[in-house]
Amino acid sequence: MTEKLVIIGNGMAPGRMLEHLLEAAPGRYQVTIFNAEPRVNYDRIMLSPVLSGEKSYEEIVIHGDGWYIDNGITLYKGHRIVTIDRAARTVTSDHGVTEPYDRLVIATGSVPFIIPVPGHDLPGVLSYRDLDDVQAMLLAAQSRAKAVVIGGGLLGLEAAAGLQSRGMDVTVLHIMPTLMERQLDPAAGYLLQRAVEARGIKVMCKANTKQIVGEGKVEGVELADGTVIPASLVVMAVGIRPNAGLAKEAGLEVGRGIVVDHGMATSDPAILSLGECAEVGGQVYGLVAPLYEMARVAAAHLAGDGTARFVHADTPTKLKVTGIELYSLGDFADGDDREEIVLRDAAAGVYKRLVLKENRIIGTVLYGETGDGAWFNDLKKKQTDISEMRDTLIFGQAYQGGSPLDPLAAVAALPDDAEICGCNGVCKGRITGAITGKGLTGLDDVRAHTKASASCGSCTGLVEQLLKLTLGDAYNPAAVQPMCGCTDLGHDDVRRLIKAKGLKTIPAVMQELQWKTSCGCAKCRPALNYYLVADWPDEYADDYQSRFINERVHANIQKDGTYSVVPRMWGGVTSSKELRAIADVVDKFAIPTVKVTGGQRIDMLGIRKEDLPAVWSDLGKAGFVSGHAYAKGLRTVKTCVGSDWCRFGTQDSTGLGIRIEKFMWGSWTPAKLKMAVSGCPRNCAEATCKDIGVVCVDSGYEIHFAGAAGLDIKGTEVLGQVKTEDEALEVIVALTQMYREQARYIERIYKWVKRVGVPEIKRQIMDDPDKRKAYYERFVFSQKFAQVDPWSERVSGKDKHEFRPMAAVGFAEAAE
Amino acid sequence: MMNKMDWIAIGSIADIPQRGARCVNTPQGRIGVFRTADDRVFAIEDHCPHKGGPLSQGIVHGASVTCPLHNWVFSLETGAALGADEGFVKTIPVKVEDGCVSIAPGKMLLAAE
Repeated sequence: MTEKLVIIGNGMAPGRMLEHLLEAAPGRYQVTIFNAEPRVNYDRIMLSPVLSGEKSYEEIVIHGDGWYIDNGITLYKGHRIVTIDRAARTVTSDHGVTEPYDRLVIATGSVPFIIPVPGHDLPGVLSYRDLDDVQAMLLAAQSRAKAVVIGGGLLGLEAAAGLQSRGMDVTVLHIMPTLMERQLDPAAGYLLQRAVEARGIKVMCKANTKQIVGEGKVEGVELADGTVIPASLVVMAVGIRPNAGLAKEAGLEVGRGIVVDHGMATSDPAILSLGECAEVGGQVYGLVAPLYEMARVAAAHLAGDGTARFVHADTPTKLKVTGIELYSLGDFADGDDREEIVLRDAAAGVYKRLVLKENRIIGTVLYGETGDGAWFNDLKKKQTDISEMRDTLIFGQAYQGGSPLDPLAAVAALPDDAEICGCNGVCKGRITGAITGKGLTGLDDVRAHTKASASCGSCTGLVEQLLKLTLGDAYNPAAVQPMCGCTDLGHDDVRRLIKAKGLKTIPAVMQELQWKTSCGCAKCRPALNYYLVADWPDEYADDYQSRFINERVHANIQKDGTYSVVPRMWGGVTSSKELRAIADVVDKFAIPTVKVTGGQRIDMLGIRKEDLPAVWSDLGKAGFVSGHAYAKGLRTVKTCVGSDWCRFGTQDSTGLGIRIEKFMWGSWTPAKLKMAVSGCPRNCAEATCKDIGVVCVDSGYEIHFAGAAGLDIKGTEVLGQVKTEDEALEVIVALTQMYREQARYIERIYKWVKRVGVPEIKRQIMDDPDKRKAYYERFVFSQKFAQVDPWSERVSGKDKHEFRPMAAVGFAEAAE
Repeated sequence: MMNKMDWIAIGSIADIPQRGARCVNTPQGRIGVFRTADDRVFAIEDHCPHKGGPLSQGIVHGASVTCPLHNWVFSLETGAALGADEGFVKTIPVKVEDGCVSIAPGKMLLAAE
């Protein structure tokens, strides 16, 4: 019979415990989770990158809703447990849900410590603990006003850096003489302060907060010496304390936290506790590595292995602020029985200090250059006698044994049991073993199979080096494929940062994202131009010098330097008047070739560039506009004759095709976008190999997408079925806008879908009407700026330099 | 023989878009005249040695241009193909005085002879 396991709290520790438990004893428990936060399990370590805009919430989710469903777990979101009845073995939530348990796990985490000074409860005073805090800070940051962060520890500095990168004027108040004094010695604390100040953040040490002042909301912070620092936002990041109130009320033994034995059992053997709320061996923990160790032990006990024991280990500290490298571990206080080795390079901003006792490392502080942290940690853990290499120890592993300074060699030299990922306690041997044993080929694989580099990510470089060492040239780090040689960032990162940082010109993108070239190249400039056009339709001025020639002159360049011209024929329907006008143009300009295209249009090939405006002028007089046959944008909507003529037609496919084309023409998309509407499932318009297709049926419209009939051949996926033309249009437009906002430049829909997955697109477009409506409206908004016929603009004189030579040098002049 | 008289004025620097190019037709063929983001001006023959693409229609980045047909990249300063491709286009002397651009196409002929 399955036992009932109830978990209070849904943070990283219980999440990890469940992963272990589901692996060791699948089906043994029926699991119910109560989460006071209204969301799934996410990576709290990554809140700082969310605050600074380097990551989005979706990217830090550890277990999505699907995971709970797949594993048969009931998750109550936004339910706070208010009572534990140990006699009846039940828990009750603030929404009145009562759940019986056989085993209970308390993982209520910690609460931020709020200094009880006057004014601490004013609106505008925040803590920094969960996503709600981050969202409140982001809201406050929109004012671009002043912020004060109280606390110069790990969290405080990450919060300050995040707020500053969001445009706020930030001051950090720290009560001690140097920053992060619990992890850093004064010298490294000073270097850190200098680096923080260099980013434009003010730092005040020995600053004792007297009160927070303001009428009805925060207006400033007053220090003990009377100084007042104006601020509209105050973040308190002075520490955390275990959240043990519920356990105490239930009569469990509580010290600093909920007291547990080395098997994670509380004073009631039916109840376990783990995470930041638990106290084991007189210690409470706040870093993720020991919490994950607790998760492993708790899962083992729940699975029936009573031998697992939690053992204390020092955990290295790293600061997650981009551009500041910092690593500290162990004990580094001065003492008579201790010696130290120090390396300083003031110009390079490097400081390294090793604290030794009896020729063994007991503490390490690295600032500016932290690559050897793992090696020093390994020496410390193994209590290695370092007297042999003492002279060169501080220079790091690469200098031992005379080998050259090569990071790959340094990683190769690490023993198999050296720890690579501190957060998840993964050693080198497990990673290389998984790579060879399971045939892993990339970083994401390693993360999925071993968890290494899956939490804070600071060991990503080491993991990539292990992939390279193990796989040799077969390792192709596609996960981080840069856009081009001008940057190390991939397309997705660039797109996200354009939005997060509000970058609205190509020079701003290149400056802020540290482009390596002054002016980009022919790969990145068109991509950036598209991203900016798509993201800021009303504000961005299209940079035609960053477009390929076809989009710059609105025609298709041919192998001999002439151009082809394709006028728009809505839905592929034309008339004698239009055909006559085309025939006249062909005669007048002696156009050598006229051809019918695959998208039901007429193509005139071999036109001289100088003639283009005159050709367009004549076509324009007959009512033609550009067919955008050259564009990464909406090309053609191909149709069959539908219910107007066809004896099998179920709907007006021609009319719908024309309607879609008139609605969507002129829009730029990541790659070309070809559509079709067929009037019945016989599918004469070949809608099932298009980027987006519609197949009409008796009861409505089947919307297809992600087909291909070019380099690759692929049938479409079915997005869903709708009843009316209006709904069909809304779905198609919303899908197009989602693609416009998310895909990489030159990525056709079917490739984008392969990355994102059909279910996710269905979820956003078909199942979430609000999201669909929002996509639709953003498309409509951007069309206000996009639906201008480029041909008539150029007939009226725009960009005329494009179509005329600057000068003609005759024989007479040349002979002078 | 070359002398000062070989310079031919072709127009104003303002006629050429920054990070762009214009063409000049000559009896010896077309010349592309380029202007970089930092207002340096270069002239090369408008004919890619690979498949004859009109280089003046390419995207200009730094002091280079990418051919619109098959993405070969050329240095505007030396005329040499950059990256993995090998080849040269002829460069033509160009000068800018008081915003007025002049070229000396005679030198291209010399180079070709």
